Amino acid sequence: MAKEGKTIDALSQFELTPFLGFFGQSIGFSQSNAFMLLALGLTTGFILMAAARGAMVPGRLQSLGEASYEFIHGMVTEQIGDEGKKYFPFVFAIFMFVLFGNLLGLLPYAFTFTSHIAVTLTLAVIVFVTVTVIALMRHGMHFFSYFFPEGAPVWLAPIIIPVEVISYFSRVVSLSVRLFANMVAGHVMLKVFATFVVLLGSLGAVGPFVAVLPLSVNIALVGFEFLVAFLQAYVFAILTSIYLHDAVHLH
Amino acid sequence: MTNQPDLHERLRQARAREGLEIGPNGQKGLPTGPWGIGLRAGVEVVSALVVGIGIGWALDRWLGTWPWLFLVFFVMGSVAGVLNVYRLFNPRRRSRVT
Repeated sequence: MAKEGKTIDALSQFELTPFLGFFGQSIGFSQSNAFMLLALGLTTGFILMAAARGAMVPGRLQSLGEASYEFIHGMVTEQIGDEGKKYFPFVFAIFMFVLFGNLLGLLPYAFTFTSHIAVTLTLAVIVFVTVTVIALMRHGMHFFSYFFPEGAPVWLAPIIIPVEVISYFSRVVSLSVRLFANMVAGHVMLKVFATFVVLLGSLGAVGPFVAVLPLSVNIALVGFEFLVAFLQAYVFAILTSIYLHDAVHLH
Repeated sequence: MTNQPDLHERLRQARAREGLEIGPNGQKGLPTGPWGIGLRAGVEVVSALVVGIGIGWALDRWLGTWPWLFLVFFVMGSVAGVLNVYRLFNPRRRSRVT
């Protein structure tokens, strides 16, 4: 039991280590940052390559690029309306960054940067601040009427306004915690069942046969995690568009 | 003769184009399975509570009134959590749309 590698160690996969040894240590550059840069590079490369040919009959890569473009474009116009088109680059960038973060994390030996609350909270704060600034720019002081619904009795204001403000701020927490918790839970489960495979497999003659059970669970989990990776990126993007809708139309 | 239904249909289409039309089951496009709704409701309640407790705790530290503002904002956070869940199913109705 005390032997190394014989215990279930599901959380060490989230530890940050300096990237490239001394180089990363001296400037505080972890493998998480490296994967963020990788996601950025892959997104940019993907879009540039998809847009490079501009063929009338799209190839595989081009149609994938067009599909992702039209997916977010449709989401933005459906949620926000025609005015939403100018916020398309913002939503698209957020979506691609989260999606590539989630998907890269599913590769063996890769690190999932979206499994850190610091990263998802930063993304959520960026969304929150952007949305609030857009609402303030579009509506000015009228924006604050958002916190007091029209027609409510004035004597209820001391209760309604703090509640609405808390509800508004809770967007940051819910947006970040949802993504963070989903990614952490998925990766912990993968790790736990993978450890079961190893532990059971070393149990003598019957071990390998019993180990098939957690192995099959893990195979199902990997498929499920791909679904979650897409779904969470989608939810993050669609909530961003819903908040943008509130900022543009203010109610 | 009369184009009343036509007008309503065109009005609805125009509102949908501007993103003002909201489907019967709340915010469109979000996952609507029982697990999706349940997890979302849980996250909404907890996050409102976290924000309420955080504000109350910070104000108490600043003003030295522990634990009164904490208690007040704890209740406010709970109310906001319930409000969030209510909004999940009944998004804000727009009274002021022009």
